[in-house]
Amino acid sequence: MTPSYASYNDFKDQLLAAFRTNEELMNGASKTPFHQLRRSALKQFDLLGFPTIRHEEWKYSNVNGLFKEAFDLDDTTTLTANDLDPLEIPNLDGNIIYIVNGRYHPELSRIISPESQVQITSFAEAIKADPDFIGSHFARYADYQENAFTALNTALANDGVVIRVPDNTTVEQPIILRYITDARDKNIAAQPRNLIAVGKNAEVMVAEAYRTLGDRSSFVNVVTEIALSRDARMQYYKVQNETEKAYHIGTTQVNQSDNSHFYSATVTLNGNFVRNNLNIVLNGQHAEAFMYGLYMPNGRQHVDNHTLVDHAMPNSYSKELYKGILDDNSTGVFNGKIFVRPDAQKTNAYQSCKNVVLSPGASMNTKPQLEIFADDVKCSHGTTTGKLNDEALFYMRSRGIPKDEARSLLLYAFSQDVLSQIKIQSIRDYLERVVTEKLMK
Amino acid sequence: MLSISNLQAFIGKKQILKGLDLEIKAGEVHAIMGPNGAGKSTLASVLAGRAEYEVTGGSVLFEGKDLLELAPEERAAEGIFLAFQYPVEIPGVSTTNFLKTALNEIRKHRGQESLDAVQFLKLMKEKMKLVNIDQSLLSRSLNEGFSGGEKKRNEIFQMAMLEPKLAILDETDSGLDIDALRIVADGVNQLRSPERATIVVTHYQRLLDYIVPDYVHVLYNGRIVKSGPKELAMELEEKGYDWLKAEAI
Ligand SMILES: Nc1ncnc2c1ncn2[C@@H]1O[C@H](COP(=O)(O)OP(=O)(O)OP(=O)(O)O)[C@@H](O)[C@H]1O
Ligand SMILES: [Mg+2]
Repeated sequence: MTPSYASYNDFKDQLLAAFRTNEELMNGASKTPFHQLRRSALKQFDLLGFPTIRHEEWKYSNVNGLFKEAFDLDDTTTLTANDLDPLEIPNLDGNIIYIVNGRYHPELSRIISPESQVQITSFAEAIKADPDFIGSHFARYADYQENAFTALNTALANDGVVIRVPDNTTVEQPIILRYITDARDKNIAAQPRNLIAVGKNAEVMVAEAYRTLGDRSSFVNVVTEIALSRDARMQYYKVQNETEKAYHIGTTQVNQSDNSHFYSATVTLNGNFVRNNLNIVLNGQHAEAFMYGLYMPNGRQHVDNHTLVDHAMPNSYSKELYKGILDDNSTGVFNGKIFVRPDAQKTNAYQSCKNVVLSPGASMNTKPQLEIFADDVKCSHGTTTGKLNDEALFYMRSRGIPKDEARSLLLYAFSQDVLSQIKIQSIRDYLERVVTEKLMK
Repeated sequence: MLSISNLQAFIGKKQILKGLDLEIKAGEVHAIMGPNGAGKSTLASVLAGRAEYEVTGGSVLFEGKDLLELAPEERAAEGIFLAFQYPVEIPGVSTTNFLKTALNEIRKHRGQESLDAVQFLKLMKEKMKLVNIDQSLLSRSLNEGFSGGEKKRNEIFQMAMLEPKLAILDETDSGLDIDALRIVADGVNQLRSPERATIVVTHYQRLLDYIVPDYVHVLYNGRIVKSGPKELAMELEEKGYDWLKAEAI
């Protein structure tokens, strides 16, 4: 029998209790500023509670499904390298880090870049080894006052990955963070926490790839904080291919300094319930952010992308393109906020969200939100949601291409605007394969 | 080859084809003329299998097979090709990729082997020369941002690649400059053979100087109201359609 929660508050109580048990085991360490911060985050989580659909930011994303089956907070796993075979991404090269149930597993991981290029450590280790560094970044960017899930993650932050790239350095090999939720024996909840600090004029490529093993329920609540120093450049990809029983809630919080460039792609292929928050603060002049997204829910899957670009300084640029293909009874949400602060003159901000709804049971909610307080800015936004073009389908069929093939050809082409942005070839190949398979279904 | 009898078709509640008859034998070229809104494109669409049109009566036999039973892609595989009056833009799919898929699907349907990349390229080069089309156009998204003339030329290029038995050209000549018109006509004429047939829908006698038809038909108000030799086109050019309207009633 799967254990279940009797009421909405049970899960919350369980999480609060876990924090306290953990704290009792800490002895002196509970006095550190780091832990004090976690404690205030816990208080905030307790106060906010899990959001309901009455909350403006959660209007179309109901997290009630989280409170049905009880989760196990014990992150231990019997998983070994052999168990990972079915999850293989062919030709994956570079630094490959495994985070299983929220814990960094060095025995599965492989770091090939020299330390002079990049330092990759577990978050747990970094808290002990370099508390000052952690203190100077941790929870400085990802706000936990408003967002209960970020508060929860901050309170329970134990492990994950810390990546530091020194000034004037190019990390030649990509860094692939592979998150595996081992839900073979029990329902698993994990709270991974990452910190990525890219030095001045440094360059790095990071991908986060999520998979679930087993058919029990999983809940991953991840927060990644990224700080880009002056002139830094980063490629950042988030790839989600989880099971029909996977809950994923994630926040990526980016802080950009002068002339830094951030390129991102968020690709959601499968998962029961997915909420991605991508928040970027353009906190420097001539900073540029590119945000691409592709989501392809089917069945009863739900995918919600919330993005926020905060133009805080003059002369910054942002470009955003999210595309969705929704089938069966799936639902999608796109909420794109653009803030242009009074000082942020000469801002250029472009946002677009395009969706194809393949079945009458599927639906998409889009909401662009522009708040512009400067006068010398160029902003544009547009969203479209429609069926697959019948004219195009007929044209293709009349030339001999069968209906299903014509459909997948059109949709594949539709997905290319996003997939072509991905510069890690093995990841791109993998995505192309899964996208194609999904379209052929 | 093609035998249409008493064909009736609706779009929504509106009847467009009102008992149309037409016989086409292999090796022939038939021109269909007629005023705007007469139903010419409707006939072409019904033959190609567009779902929006509801056929409520009559029959269409193609080489003895009931064409109306077949899906559009099956008709294409049987050898029917429609050059659209308004070719559709296919974002993100290049002409090359599109045609390779189409050609190999048609070959598969006929039990032929797929062409590999080398064979396909060779065929493409050959046909490109035929319609004088540029490689750069073929690697762009199909029809997207093409000029009117480029779209039409691309239709003829596709026809040359797919080598249909029955080609239906719906106003392929409109919007073409004189040189392009000649190229399109050459493309059609090179395909002429005792096994193939062509239906040319046009408003202009000019095209028929280049593609000389065996028969000219006037489609008016959903019916073929007059058929004759190629000289009929000349007569129409001179007199317009009014005299036929009177006759048709
Ligand atoms: N979706 C539709 N709904 C209603 N009427 C339609 C629709 N599509 C076409 N029609 C009508 O059908 C009639 C025949 O159209 P068709 O395109 O076949 O004419 P045509 O002979 O090709 O004319 P043209 O010479 O202008 O190309 C026209 O009156 C047109 O308005
Ligand atoms: Mg027409």
